[in-house]
Amino acid sequence: MKTNDIILQTVAKLASLVILLFSIYIFFGGHYSPGGGFVGGLLASGAIVLLLLAYDLKTVAAILPIDYKLLIAAGLLIAVLTGAGALLFDAPFMTHTFSYFDVPLLGHTALHTAVLFDLGVYLVVVGVTMTIIQTIGESE
Amino acid sequence: MNNIVFLPVLLPLLTGIVLLFFSKSIKFQRVFSVLSVLAGILLAVMLVGKVHGQGILTLQVGSWEAPFGIVIVADMLASLLVLTTNLIGFAIIVYSFYSIGKERERFYYYAIFQFLLVGVNGAFLTGDIFNLFVFFEVMLMASYVLLALGGTKPQLRESLKYILVNVISSALFVITVAYLYSVVGTLNMADISRKIAKIDQPGIVTVIAVSFLIVFGLKGAIFPLFFWLPGSYYAPPIPIIALFGALLTKVGIYSILRTYTLLFYHDQGYTHQLLGILALLTIIVGVIGAVGYWDMKKIIIYNIVIAIGVIIFGISLMNQQSLSGSIFYIIHDMIIKAALFLLIGIIIKITGTNNLREISGLIKAYPYVGWTFFIAAISLVGIPPFSGFAGKLLILQGAVKAGSYIGMAVILLSSLMVLYSLMKIFINGFWGIPRAYPDADRVPVKMLLLPAVLLVGVSIVYGFGTEAMYPFISQATEPLIDPGIYINAVLKE
Repeated sequence: MKTNDIILQTVAKLASLVILLFSIYIFFGGHYSPGGGFVGGLLASGAIVLLLLAYDLKTVAAILPIDYKLLIAAGLLIAVLTGAGALLFDAPFMTHTFSYFDVPLLGHTALHTAVLFDLGVYLVVVGVTMTIIQTIGESE
Repeated sequence: MNNIVFLPVLLPLLTGIVLLFFSKSIKFQRVFSVLSVLAGILLAVMLVGKVHGQGILTLQVGSWEAPFGIVIVADMLASLLVLTTNLIGFAIIVYSFYSIGKERERFYYYAIFQFLLVGVNGAFLTGDIFNLFVFFEVMLMASYVLLALGGTKPQLRESLKYILVNVISSALFVITVAYLYSVVGTLNMADISRKIAKIDQPGIVTVIAVSFLIVFGLKGAIFPLFFWLPGSYYAPPIPIIALFGALLTKVGIYSILRTYTLLFYHDQGYTHQLLGILALLTIIVGVIGAVGYWDMKKIIIYNIVIAIGVIIFGISLMNQQSLSGSIFYIIHDMIIKAALFLLIGIIIKITGTNNLREISGLIKAYPYVGWTFFIAAISLVGIPPFSGFAGKLLILQGAVKAGSYIGMAVILLSSLMVLYSLMKIFINGFWGIPRAYPDADRVPVKMLLLPAVLLVGVSIVYGFGTEAMYPFISQATEPLIDPGIYINAVLKE
């Protein structure tokens, strides 16, 4: 008999969205409160894992057509280039800078290059976690 | 601003990342990784030149002042080792083209290779003890992958052991750093040294020094802690063994050299005597292994152990001659071990066996391989005009100065045994009646020989150019004798 996962699937749809939003919140809050790229990335992959549990590998791959190995590479590239960007301004590697901008909706906000580094961390964490889970899930 | 100090780490890192994007195209991977390593050699040469002109260069990563941020320090020792690493990396990449096989190349071989170079270069250049740990891990993670890549049965078995040993030693490393941090309250090596000098190395610091010896001894394979090495280095394909044999254990030795000359030099009676005894036992164990086996790979692997003992013995004596000797020897040994592995790799490819009893008479068909191997062998032993001589001579002078005649005798006898073990390969493999080997025609001997000849050539130049090299080596020795030079360069006082 075919089992029916309708409750799990419905809840997973809603919950994964909430988890993703929370992961973004945690990611941007990292500078002033506990959180940052690592936890945010883990939360985001947690949301995808929830979808994997509710559906299956093929469906999730169709929803999110991402090559997670490339995501790792992209994250690393962003992080390293953020660090290496300092070289262009004749500053030591990994020197960060920040400034205040008037962003629409958010108002007077500090934008820091460390966020870019953290974005790299975020992508790498999501990529690594999902690569591990996907390869273990796919292997017979 | 000395960003050039960090470029030897940044370059392979960026290369590795770019290679991750292009894992499908083997051609691109080959070309790009070779170009990158060539640029790495160029950079390292520039770094050596710059350090030679201006003294120790430091880079305060992220513009944070010295004891508070991470410092990258390029003294002459680190720069020379980075140059050697890049040279060896170049030779092994070229060798890999013709021997590693498409299957491995397709699964991120070159990218992981670059990450290993990141780890090794970073470990040589860092001035922060926890950063050293991180670079150790970068290097080890890459080496786990390289060891297991391909997934043959012996590789999987040995990688299990190798990972187990290294995970334990890494945990010990963290615990030891935690102890040290709770005693001195800082992680910057120059600052640690200053703080230890202030409290004059009490008992707990000696305990920490011995813990570091256990950690780095596990990584660098000194006497009671070398047990994992013969098995683990036996399993992977030749280019990977060459890479491991030339670089990985030497990073452990470099760390012992750095910590025992920069941090724990106040109470030498205990720590350095222990180091000396362990070094001599390492030599003896290595000699027993090298003489005992009839398997070419095993013989060279045990020769790694012998060389580790010789270098560590030089470090334990802590005088000008012995330290210069150790530096001379470590660079020579990295180059020549890589060359020897590449050469026996060719022999194994031709004959299809590791066993010396099953091969003979190769000199007829492969004279260049034979004579290159011969030169590499006598260089390793230390026959005068070649590269192994100056290092050993200086270590022996240091031993005489320190009155350690037992050590002197052990090193001299070990040289004889090294000669015996390598001549065993030469005489049994190359002399005698030629035999027919079924797969011999399919081996691209010329292409495989090229990188090995390059390395042997470098070692010959290094040996004959001892006089020209000496100013560099003595500049590398200065901060080891007088840690004040290093501390002042880092903390800018």
